[in-house]
Amino acid sequence: MRIIKIKTNQIIVCLVFSVITVQAFSQSPTQLLDAVDKNLSADSRIVESTMVVHGKRNNRTMTSKSYTEGTAKSFSEYLSPARDKGTKMLKLEKELWLYSPSTDRTILISGHMLRQSVMGSDLSYEDVMDDRKLTETYNAELSGEEEVDGRPCWVLSLKAKVDDVAYDAQKIWIDRERLVPLRQELYAKSGQMLKRILLSDVRQIDGRWFPMQMNYKDVLKEGDGTDYIITKIEFNKPIPAYIFSKAGLKQ
Amino acid sequence: MITGFLWKGVVRDRGRSIMPFIVVTIGVFVVVFLDGFMGGMLSNMIDMTARFDAGHLKVVTKAFEENDMEKNNDLAILEADALFDQLRTHYPQVSWSPRIYFGGLLDIPDADGETLAQGPVAGTAYDLLTNQVESERLHLANSLVTGRLIGSGKEALVSVDFAERFEVSPGDTLTFFGSTMYGSMSFTNLTVVGIVRFGNAALDRGAIIVDISYARQFLDMENATTEIFGFLPDDLYKQEEAEAIKRDFNTRFPAWEEDEYAPYMLQLADQSGMGDMLAYMKSITFIMVVMLVFALSIVLWNTGILGGIRRYNEFGIRLAMGEPQGHIYRTMLLESLMIGAAGSVMGTILGLLLALYLRKYGLDYGSMMDNISMLIDPVIRAEITPRMFWVGFIPGVISILIGTALAGMAVYRRKTAELFRELS
Repeated sequence: MRIIKIKTNQIIVCLVFSVITVQAFSQSPTQLLDAVDKNLSADSRIVESTMVVHGKRNNRTMTSKSYTEGTAKSFSEYLSPARDKGTKMLKLEKELWLYSPSTDRTILISGHMLRQSVMGSDLSYEDVMDDRKLTETYNAELSGEEEVDGRPCWVLSLKAKVDDVAYDAQKIWIDRERLVPLRQELYAKSGQMLKRILLSDVRQIDGRWFPMQMNYKDVLKEGDGTDYIITKIEFNKPIPAYIFSKAGLKQ
Repeated sequence: MITGFLWKGVVRDRGRSIMPFIVVTIGVFVVVFLDGFMGGMLSNMIDMTARFDAGHLKVVTKAFEENDMEKNNDLAILEADALFDQLRTHYPQVSWSPRIYFGGLLDIPDADGETLAQGPVAGTAYDLLTNQVESERLHLANSLVTGRLIGSGKEALVSVDFAERFEVSPGDTLTFFGSTMYGSMSFTNLTVVGIVRFGNAALDRGAIIVDISYARQFLDMENATTEIFGFLPDDLYKQEEAEAIKRDFNTRFPAWEEDEYAPYMLQLADQSGMGDMLAYMKSITFIMVVMLVFALSIVLWNTGILGGIRRYNEFGIRLAMGEPQGHIYRTMLLESLMIGAAGSVMGTILGLLLALYLRKYGLDYGSMMDNISMLIDPVIRAEITPRMFWVGFIPGVISILIGTALAGMAVYRRKTAELFRELS
């Protein structure tokens, strides 16, 4: 009788494990990517953040507040340090405008300038601008399973399916349980790795998992990368329309 | 006595001297002229490179030196004033001057202050307001196409290509957008006061010039500088002197061995491939002289053989009269020495005259330089140096001596016993 009971327990454990495994495997790479998008994307987002640039010679810290609506509109204002305070960035569709209070000028950033670093960080204007969902821009393929910081992850290889993405390919480590990326490697068309992102401090906010800290590393640049730390984030809050207007930059 | 006799023979018997004289004259002329022309070209290159890119001496951080192509301001010299004082104290004979390089966009606004057009620019900040020498060194007054030179901080000179491309005129206000030394965004409005043309594609393409005191403000480089240029007295580059100062500085201030941001001195020959260029030009002159001696010796050997055939009877009679073969051989060498000296003098004079002409009027090959990024003035002027008085002369004389020495060997093959039969 006892033997039968043990066997029953073992069978139940095996069944539960099998169900979990089958459920995970039953998600296609595209579905996994879609789940990641659901965690990371929102109709609107208001973010207060601190950016720490670990340069070769010194570290710099700056704070900013950003508003994002969908994938087409985004506005950021730098709050500190004093030299950068009041500098604003406005993204409308594929155009990026910068406003500097010291010159009272609004400047359009386009072409190769979009690949330049933002505030000396490891992020480019292109990185900041591209808010599109991963499922809209990449095809995914499961390439394995690995652990990141002790957490089991699916490893997906992404290949661009549109021409206007900054990185032709990505490798992304997705937390199996929380379905958020914990590591990303961004590649050029030549196959050379350009950037590496480590995502951490994953918290559950408004029913979604979201990484609150990211370390960007431009592998072609010296230094220890750039920490992007979200100090406050709100999802799906209404944002006044004037925020996303060029006239609003000078206010 | 014998010399006067031989000289008369050389002058009166033109068949004996005219051909070797012409050959030596042409050869020496080519060497002397090319030496002056190539020397002028090298001086031009040294001068332009020193003024705009390398100085005769340059102080940078060790890290900057290792990444020179990137010209990153985050690797700039900090506490530049203290370093300046040390340089002036230890090397007072050198004229020291700070420079800052920066890059970014020049944005041209429309009537509403929004972007009308914009283009990338490579900027340089010079000490123009407190150091008149810098302006003179850069020949800014001569390079001015229109407008005036910088008189205050927020003013800029713009290169002619940029001005034409974006229809910028003196009086226009443009916005510079770039990065500070620490990577933050840098914005400033600049009033264009002048348009400059340096006559060099690399400099005229998209350059902007501002005063260093204002550049330090908008690039957040207070008491910092990208590079400190040093120029030797009279702005005359002397490789050995520059090398000695460089070694002394790098020994006196060895912090660069430990700290990559400590100052480190370079001299012109260490930069922009100038060391190789200088060595190359020296080799070219040496090769040119060796080729001249070789080619002329062959030609003059041949001329000597022809002359020997022509003077076959003369040598036979002289041998028959009891003149030793060695004496005839030596008189032939003495004659060729006279012809060689005369041809070399003539070749040197002609070479110097043409070099003088090109020194005054120059050779403008600007149309061929449109896509060349080398720092070189499109008008090349030959230079006149003391070296030119002997660089062709000595090889000219040596070559005819070699030619005659080879051809004259035939004298030793003549046999006294056969002379009467040959002469009959």
